[in-house]
Amino acid sequence: MTFTRLLTGAALALGMATTAIAEDKTKVGFIYVGPIGDGGYTYEHNQGRLAVEEHFGDKVETVYQESVPEGADAERAITQMALQGADLIFTTSFGFMDATVNTAKKFPKVKFEHATGYKRADNLSTYSARFYEGRSVLGVIAGHMTKTNKIGYIGSYPIPEVIRGINAAYIEAKKVNPDVEFNIIWAYTWFDPAKEADAATALIEQGNDVILQHTDSTAPSAAAKAKGDVITFGQASDMAEYKPEPRVSSIIDNWGPYYIERVQAVMDGTWESTDTWAGIDDGMVVIGEITGPVPDDVKQEALAMRDAIASGEYHPFTGPLNKQDGSEWLKEGETADDATLLGMNFYVEGIKGDIPQ
Amino acid sequence: MLRLDRRPQPSRLWTLLTPPLAVLVTMIVGGALFAALGKDPVVAIETIFWEPLFGEFAFYYRPQLLVKAAPLILIAIGLSLGFRAGIWNIGAEGQYIIGALCGAGVALAAYPSESWLIFPGMVLAGALGGWAWAMIPAVLKVRFGTNEILVSLMLVYVAEQLLASMALGPMRNPEGMGFPGSRNLQQYAPAHNAELIAGTGMHWGVAAALIAVIFSYVLLNRHILGYHIRLTGEAPRAARFAGVRPGRLILFCLGASGALAGLAGMFEVAGPAGQVTIDFNVGYGFTAIIVAFLGRLHPVGILLAGLLLALTYIGGELAQSNMQLPAAAVQLFQGMLLFFLLAVDVLVHFRLRWRRAEAA
Repeated sequence: MTFTRLLTGAALALGMATTAIAEDKTKVGFIYVGPIGDGGYTYEHNQGRLAVEEHFGDKVETVYQESVPEGADAERAITQMALQGADLIFTTSFGFMDATVNTAKKFPKVKFEHATGYKRADNLSTYSARFYEGRSVLGVIAGHMTKTNKIGYIGSYPIPEVIRGINAAYIEAKKVNPDVEFNIIWAYTWFDPAKEADAATALIEQGNDVILQHTDSTAPSAAAKAKGDVITFGQASDMAEYKPEPRVSSIIDNWGPYYIERVQAVMDGTWESTDTWAGIDDGMVVIGEITGPVPDDVKQEALAMRDAIASGEYHPFTGPLNKQDGSEWLKEGETADDATLLGMNFYVEGIKGDIPQ
Repeated sequence: MLRLDRRPQPSRLWTLLTPPLAVLVTMIVGGALFAALGKDPVVAIETIFWEPLFGEFAFYYRPQLLVKAAPLILIAIGLSLGFRAGIWNIGAEGQYIIGALCGAGVALAAYPSESWLIFPGMVLAGALGGWAWAMIPAVLKVRFGTNEILVSLMLVYVAEQLLASMALGPMRNPEGMGFPGSRNLQQYAPAHNAELIAGTGMHWGVAAALIAVIFSYVLLNRHILGYHIRLTGEAPRAARFAGVRPGRLILFCLGASGALAGLAGMFEVAGPAGQVTIDFNVGYGFTAIIVAFLGRLHPVGILLAGLLLALTYIGGELAQSNMQLPAAAVQLFQGMLLFFLLAVDVLVHFRLRWRRAEAA
């Protein structure tokens, strides 16, 4: 109890100290799960940080800590940033949730933003992107491009976000190619080039000629390039160094505009705890250039899908859709609500295999 | 030219001097590395070694030092018993995981009971779990002569898979909206390994680590079993004549280190970590090997080495966030510590001599 009070006291003192200097500088901290050079997820968050620096120039100071383990160490890393006088802290991975909640309690004056989580407080917002919208677009390309009708999918962890992506991609791939089959490997990591390369190689050897990934490194693309005749997609980042093939398109997370908006809100004193879930229409999810062996008609079809999702004309989860066990999920024309999507823990009908339980 | 002469006896003086020397060399070479990255090496070294202890926010970092050092010391004490006797348990990480799973299992099974028996039960289960996991390589070695290094190491990966399946399946928080990870034990009072005195970082794991240091000291210096352990390591043949039964020693050393690693895992999951998650283990079981050797396999040395390594962790994080040093540079810095320790060990066994080249 005294400890909490001590910290709060320190935070208050710092809060005052920083508001004294706040006229010139707002301090913004970022906690990353991977290294900033991962070429994927963390890389893009860091691009967002750099966008903040570029936009505000001398008015902000940004700090970051990379490769923070999810768990006991995360809380110390976040506390450290708050102690050092950060006004706003972005914790950019799901696994930082409880650590962020605990730290937010100790530092009521500091604003926190947690990516992809669901716990909020007066000084703790959550934000995420509708990555699944991008998955639908990739699903169209994947379904058309596979010659073996086998698509490999490297999953990170079997959490709703990842399962949503698998379902979204499968639904569209199946529509354009009814014979398509998904083979899913769980890597149990967000970033581990060796494991990801192993998973990709195993999938390729089993005859999958299209690889989708929900892990953050470019290792699967490197493995595909080595084997030849396999296509991949950039994940979180464009992964442009593998253009025009094996990487034929990508889902890019574009955090910069959101980060700039939130930093501005802190500067203006208008920051409020919010829950943001933005997609293609807000520009948070961007489809990377479609390249290489993708024929023009497939490209146009994929772009049409992107535009239909952006305009709200089409929802990636539109009925009729059944769950894997054959039970009815969505009726004809019905679309999924966000609550179901956020807690999604089932495959749609047609996907083989079980979600690890 | 410089020549090495083998000493008739390992130098006692250098045995004591080499760890600080290794730290010093690490500081110099590490400093050069930081300088090459364009950071001020003096500030970086100061941030790592001084800031957490005496800096502006030392009130927060000093307790954190204990929190970070406790599992390292607890595991390293157990490992040192075996290492002294030439029994190599490399799989403490796995025993740490199993200890945590067993401890958390008791708590989650009892939820939401308020009984005071829960925490003692968790301690017992944690120690037993780690012990049982270490018994696998022990029994295989005694019975079939398998290599305990390989078996214990491989079992780490088995334990990691078990951890993942527990976090996703049986131990998953039913109120967690389908996300993996157990209930947070910090929010379940009877199972929470809270600070004994608020603000000090002292939790039961820290207490257990200190007790383990004392017990290990007494065991090695005052007890016949400790004598047997030392004898087996130093003179295996003589040990046989002295009536040491190697099989029993293997079972004891692996069992004790497994139980201590299990305890460390249990205290961690019930306290600082709070949850069984897929990424629960962060490598304490492997880092403890560095701690054991840095501490010269001596209980007091391990205590100091554990604190030192905790300092490099916390200071290293500080250097990352304050100076934007890359995480890899800090990890490299820690790795250098063991590397240089092994390198300067040459001084314990050899004497450096200047000789003229003509001698050849």
